[in-house]
Amino acid sequence: MAEAPGTVFVPRSRLVEGVRAYGLIVAMWLRSTMAYRASFLMTAVGNFAATAFDFVAIMLMFAHVDALGGYTLPEIALLYGASGTAFGLADLLMGSMDRLGRRVRDGTLDTLLVRPVPVLAQVAADRFALRRLGRITQGLLVLGYGLVAVDIDWTVVKVVVLPLMLLSGSVIFGSVFVAGGAFQFVAQDASQVQNSFTYGGNTLLQYPPTIFAKDLVRGVTFVVPLAFVNWLPALYVLGRQLPLGLPEWVAFLPPVVAAVCAAAAGLAWRTGLRAYRSTGS
Amino acid sequence: MSTDTEASTAGHTGAGPAFIELDRLEKVFDVRRRKGFLRGERRQVRAVDGISFRVERGEMVGYIGPNGAGKSTTIKMLTGILTPSGGSLRVAGIDPSRERTRLAHRIGVVFGQRTTLWWDLPLRDSYRLMHRMYRVPDARFRANLDRCVELLDLGELLDVPVRQLSLGQRMRGDIAAALLHDPEVLYLDEPTIGLDVVSKAKVRQFLRDLNAERGTTVLLTTHDLTDIEQLCSRVMVIDHGRLMYDGALAGLHEVGESERTLVVDLERELPPIRLESETSVRTVKVEGPRQWLAFPASASAAPLVARIAAEYPLADLSVREPDIEAVIAKMYARERPGEPVT
Repeated sequence: MAEAPGTVFVPRSRLVEGVRAYGLIVAMWLRSTMAYRASFLMTAVGNFAATAFDFVAIMLMFAHVDALGGYTLPEIALLYGASGTAFGLADLLMGSMDRLGRRVRDGTLDTLLVRPVPVLAQVAADRFALRRLGRITQGLLVLGYGLVAVDIDWTVVKVVVLPLMLLSGSVIFGSVFVAGGAFQFVAQDASQVQNSFTYGGNTLLQYPPTIFAKDLVRGVTFVVPLAFVNWLPALYVLGRQLPLGLPEWVAFLPPVVAAVCAAAAGLAWRTGLRAYRSTGS
Repeated sequence: MSTDTEASTAGHTGAGPAFIELDRLEKVFDVRRRKGFLRGERRQVRAVDGISFRVERGEMVGYIGPNGAGKSTTIKMLTGILTPSGGSLRVAGIDPSRERTRLAHRIGVVFGQRTTLWWDLPLRDSYRLMHRMYRVPDARFRANLDRCVELLDLGELLDVPVRQLSLGQRMRGDIAAALLHDPEVLYLDEPTIGLDVVSKAKVRQFLRDLNAERGTTVLLTTHDLTDIEQLCSRVMVIDHGRLMYDGALAGLHEVGESERTLVVDLERELPPIRLESETSVRTVKVEGPRQWLAFPASASAAPLVARIAAEYPLADLSVREPDIEAVIAKMYARERPGEPVT
C-alpha cells in the first residue's frame, strides 16, 4: 500500500521516538512555566524550603544524640543526600506517572493512544514540573555537606562509585515510578501504593540500614532493590560493613541492578498497556 | 504542495481493498461485577459482535445507535486504541492495533466528551506541539492552521487556555487539532454533543467543506439525526454490537417505520383530535389543551397542520423529529435483518 502523498513517515526506534517526544512535551511545559517566572521561582523556593526543613529535623535530633544506629550526622547526611538527589532526579523526570490511574479512569488515556508517539513518553512528560529542582538542590547540598564533613579514605574506585550511585539510583527510582504507573492500568486507585514505594522508599533510605529490622532490609535489597540506590554503594564509600553480611563487590552492582529494573519496568509497562488495550477502561 | 488524496473521488469500488475494511470484527469484554468484598462475578459482554463493512475514500458516514451499542468501541478499534478479539480490520492497508503509531500519522480523531488538547495551555501551544509531534512540514502546518483558524473562527481563541473555552469553542479547537497533519480519515465521536445551535451549524459546515474540498473520509458517531441528515450520504446503525442497517438515511426511516410527532396546543380542552382523511395519523397523548399526534416521518407535516387548523381552534404547534433510539427500537422489535447489504 503506497503512502499518501506528503505523508511523512520515517521509521525510527521507539526509544529515540520516545525521548524526542518527551523532549517536545517537556519543552512545551517549560515554555508555559517560564511565562510566569515569579510564580515558578516561588514554588521552586517553596519546594526547596519544604525539603530543607526535613533535614533540619534530623539535625535537631542530633543536638540530643551523637549517633543514630551507629552513624554520625555527616554520614547520615551522605546517605540522605545520595537518596534525595537520586529520588529528586527520578521525580523530576518521571514524577507524573502517578497520574496514570486518573487518566485511565476519566478516559483521557485514549487521547494519548491516537498520537504517533509512545504513550509512556507522553504520560511521563505530562505537566513536567521544573519546581522539583528544589528537591534535587537540597539533596545535592546535603550530600555535599556529608562528603566534606566525613573523613573518607578516598580511592579512585570510590570516586567512580559516587556518580554511578546517583545515576543508577535515579534509574531505579524511575523504574519504580514506571512499574507503579503500569500497575495503575489494572488498579486505577493504586497511586498511593506507588507513592509508598517512591516517597516512602526515599524516606527509608535516608536513614542507615542498622536502625531497621532485618526483614525490611532484606525486602528492599532482594525484592524491591532500593538498597542499591544508596545504602550499598554509600556504605562502601564510607568504608563500613554492608548489611546482611553482603560481600563488598555487591556495592558495585547498582548499574547492573538499575539496568535490570529498567528492563523489568519496561516489560511491566508493555504488559499493562496491552491489558488496557484489550479491556478498555 | 498540499494536493491531498487526489484519488478521493476516483471510484475504488468493488474488487480492490477498500479504504476502511472490517470483516466480522468482534470485541468481547470480560466484565467483573463486585459481589461482596472479594467475590466477583465474571460475565462476557460482546460489545462488537461480528461487524463487517467497507468505507471508500472520500465517503462521509454516520455511525449511530443507542448508548452502549458498540459505537465507541468500534471507533477505538479503528484507531488502534483497542485490540479486536476477533475478525479482521484494515485502515489504509494498516492493521490499527499492530501499527498504531504508524496509523496515527494518517488519521485524525475527535472525542466529543474529552479533549485531545492540553487543558492548561493555550490552543496555540497545543498546536505547536502537534506540529512537531506529527513532523508536519512548516509551510504545510501554517497553511492548515490558517485555514482552520479562518473556517472555525479560532482567531481570538488561540491564546486562551483550553480550560477557559466553552464547549463549542473547545470542540472547534479539537477539530482543528485533528486536522493539522492532513489526515486521510477523520473519526468524530459525538462531535456535536452539548453544542449550541450556532456551534453545531459551524461544525457541520466545516466538515462538509473538508469532505468536499479535500476528500477527507469522515466517520462520525452521533445521537443527533440532524448531523446525519446534513452531512452523511450513508448511515450505519448498530445495536447490541451488530450492524442493523447500512444505507441512505431515507431508507432508515422506511425500515424503522419512524414517526414524527406533532405537538398541538388547542385553545381549550377537547376530545382527541380525529381527522377523517388522515388515516396514518394517531393521537398518542392528551394533556389538557395539549395533544400529541404521531405521523409517518416520510409524510409532510404541512397538509396535516392545515387540516387541524381548519377543523380545530389551534393556538400553537411544534414538530418533533423522531429520535434515533425510537427508530432503532422499532427496527429491532420488527426483526433482526440477516447479513447487512453493503
